[in-house]
Amino acid sequence: MKILVAVKRVVDYNVKIRVNADNSAVDLANVKMSINPFDEIAVEEAIRIKEANKADEIIVVSIGPKENQETIRSALALGADRGLLMQTDEETQPLAVAKILKYVVEAESPDLVILGKQAIDDDSNQTGQMLSALMNWPQGTFASKIDLMDNEVNVTREIDGGLETIRLKLPAVITTDLRLNEPRYAKLPNIMKAKKKPLDIQQVSETGIDIKPRLTTIKVTEPAQRSAGIKVSSVTELVEKLRNEAKVI
Amino acid sequence: MANYKTPLRDMRFVYNELLDPEQIQALPGFEEISSDLVEALLEESARFCEEQLQPLNRSGDEEGCHFDNGNVTTPEGFKEAYNGFCEIGLNSLTSDPEYGGQGLPRSVATFAEEAMCGANFSFSLYPGLTAGAIHSIELYGSDELKKTFLPNMVDGSWSGSMCLTEPHCGTDLGLCRTKAIPQDDNSYLLSGTKMFITAGEHDLTDNIIHLVLARTPDAPDGIKGISLFIVPKISVTKDGSLGEANGVSCGSIEHKMGIHASATCVMNFDNAKGFLVGNLNKGMEAMFVMMNNARLGVGIQGLGVAEASYQGAVEYARDRLQGRALTGVKNPDEKADPILVHPDVRRMLLTQRALIEGNRALAAWVAFELDVSHNHPDEKRRKQANDFIVLMTPVVKSFMTDCGSEVSNIGMQVLGGHGYIRENGMEQYVRDARIAQIYEGTNGIQALDLLGRKMPEHFGRNMRPFFHAVRNYIYAKEMNYELKDFLIPLAKAFGRLQKITAVLAQRGMKNPDEIGTASSDYLRMLALVALAHQWARMAEIGMQKNKGDDGVFYQAKIDTARFYFERILPQTGALFATMMAGAKSTMSFNDDAF
Ligand SMILES: Cc1cc2nc3c(=O)[nH]c(=O)nc-3n(C[C@H](O)[C@H](O)[C@H](O)COP(=O)(O)OP(=O)(O)OC[C@H]3O[C@@H](n4cnc5c(N)ncnc54)[C@H](O)[C@@H]3O)c2cc1C
Repeated sequence: MKILVAVKRVVDYNVKIRVNADNSAVDLANVKMSINPFDEIAVEEAIRIKEANKADEIIVVSIGPKENQETIRSALALGADRGLLMQTDEETQPLAVAKILKYVVEAESPDLVILGKQAIDDDSNQTGQMLSALMNWPQGTFASKIDLMDNEVNVTREIDGGLETIRLKLPAVITTDLRLNEPRYAKLPNIMKAKKKPLDIQQVSETGIDIKPRLTTIKVTEPAQRSAGIKVSSVTELVEKLRNEAKVI
Repeated sequence: MANYKTPLRDMRFVYNELLDPEQIQALPGFEEISSDLVEALLEESARFCEEQLQPLNRSGDEEGCHFDNGNVTTPEGFKEAYNGFCEIGLNSLTSDPEYGGQGLPRSVATFAEEAMCGANFSFSLYPGLTAGAIHSIELYGSDELKKTFLPNMVDGSWSGSMCLTEPHCGTDLGLCRTKAIPQDDNSYLLSGTKMFITAGEHDLTDNIIHLVLARTPDAPDGIKGISLFIVPKISVTKDGSLGEANGVSCGSIEHKMGIHASATCVMNFDNAKGFLVGNLNKGMEAMFVMMNNARLGVGIQGLGVAEASYQGAVEYARDRLQGRALTGVKNPDEKADPILVHPDVRRMLLTQRALIEGNRALAAWVAFELDVSHNHPDEKRRKQANDFIVLMTPVVKSFMTDCGSEVSNIGMQVLGGHGYIRENGMEQYVRDARIAQIYEGTNGIQALDLLGRKMPEHFGRNMRPFFHAVRNYIYAKEMNYELKDFLIPLAKAFGRLQKITAVLAQRGMKNPDEIGTASSDYLRMLALVALAHQWARMAEIGMQKNKGDDGVFYQAKIDTARFYFERILPQTGALFATMMAGAKSTMSFNDDAF
């Protein structure tokens, strides 16, 4: 049993995001970057599966510039076995990422691919679904529980009305939700050992995959400042305002 | 309030730019300690301290430790946090890999220690005391003792304590009365009472390994008759498992000003089986070597708590609207300006900052020399590093804990009345910081150690590495016009320090009270000069980088350096005058008139 986990390097969730001067992107200069929290959950889940003796190998793949090696190393420190960087300095949108992952999946033939349901920088929530479609594999998105069996996997999904459990045939694609698990801290000695685990680098440009962006970013702006609240004097006034100003009822 | 964030940016600066990571990596044993590894280690350590230790800081202070019939329980959450702490290896950073430690450089571990103390001072004492005990056993224990005790202490399942103090015996350890009676099997039976023993008893670990100072029946009187013993709370059987309880019990715990979550215990030894560590009657020597390490650690406690207080003060000063700036309205949308605009508030914040960052730089230098003194291949260089540490140990212990108190007091002042209110967390820093000036040798004793012992030892040899480093820096940068605002006052203060050193050495030969009277002032002056040297270096780097990437950070270094040189370093002038005045007014005062 081989598990492939995809991890993205994103702005750390503690950082207060700022838009750059020409409103073209988020300002990334001197900003702390970390592993996408949903991907960290994906790594943790893979490790728990392996610790339960249900998997032999965990491979971590990341797509992006050479700095992503740090992100891969942090996943190796948690307990993944080896890493792969698909290196590119180009912007990669979900479809491009899914295509690169398909390439990796075909080369590695994992039985299970686990990804975060979305990355906290662009919140796309598309890559896992696209990969599943490209591979024509079953998908279990927004997983809050994963129960692995011999040739199948039960995935409990968080859906609007509650929880839904589905059974997928392996190989399959799973995307993680927040409540799937609580990732561990890396043991400090494992951070050192992670430096010695294998980490291969492949240039995306040499794979021939078309990663051209399909979307154009026109403008990036800060969210509008919240205006000050008001105190209403009666329930009638509240209802009136909700109906006529907020237009929510 | 009280939302401590590990100052990773400044730590990175100190490690990568003030120290030389390549020099650290070049030391045998540290080949794998690359800068990016250090970064990853510190980030994870910081995350743990902020997310797991910090939330227990206020609650631990409110709840305190509980004593019930000899058993001590730590505040809620401490045990889980302790287990997690050991699980990720934060307890064994510098311990010997042979016994399961990570063998990291002290110059790396120091930053992690700062984060622990900033996040939760009381908590940090449990692993802190264990580290001290481990270190003593590593240095002086027989192979058998090492094998029996170290693996479990290094992995955190057993903890340690240091039992020196007795009711009538604090500073003057020669007064120690605890008895150790030799037995046929090479062990000893210890009896006596120790007090103020940090982590002497608690519920975090299965066993507690006490290192106890005691006296054998025919030992010479005084300090030359003290030996060091290992006394486990629970005996360890031949196969390494836990046997029966030893004759060790906790009589009570103290109610105290701060560090409420740290158990301070009266420990009774009643025919407790112990084992000699090192040589008979050489207990104090073993203690002293261990203390270089431990005292740097206590200095770091001062630094950590100071940083926490500074962060709380800055956050408050930005938000609190009160009064108008003297030069006109700065915040027209509101009825008042943030207190950050007021000169006196800025004075407070910058004083905190200048002392904290200066101390962080100095501590890193001392930690680096500790690494050199252990790991450098060249014996001459090791010796030189050791001389430096011997001199600087009392300085970092004393000055950094004085600053811990000073700075946390300032932090409380920035919040005005709200600083005095428990809920806001700032007064806890003041209460917690205070102890570090007292234990591990009071700061007065540190000063005496510096001026009375370290300075004259080997005709001043210990002074050389530090004095030469500062002098060489001044010579090397003399022609650098840009640095003149820093170099001129540095040279002046350094000149004063040299002069007063010579004066005191002379006066001290005639009258030892001259040394005793001047020592605290001397220590502070030496520390202020040491910080000035670090601030000049930091400003120099700042000037090279303030136009580039992260220029704001580097500009702040230059600006803080300016504040330090203009508004703190001049204290050396007053200290100089104070010391020149001599001992007479202090010593001639009539005792009965007090
Ligand atoms: C919370 C807490 C935790 C502690 N933890 C430990 C521990 O884990 N293990 C342990 O063994 N001890 C511990 N101690 C004890 C601590 O180390 C001692 O309190 C300290 O060494 C001072 O001893 P003392 O209190 O007896 O003061 P004293 O020695 O009586 O000193 C009183 C004053 O006189 C001054 N003085 C004394 N002698 C001289 C001199 N020769 N020259 C100039 N000035 C002098 C001192 O500086 C001090 O200001 C702890 C104490 C506290 C309060």
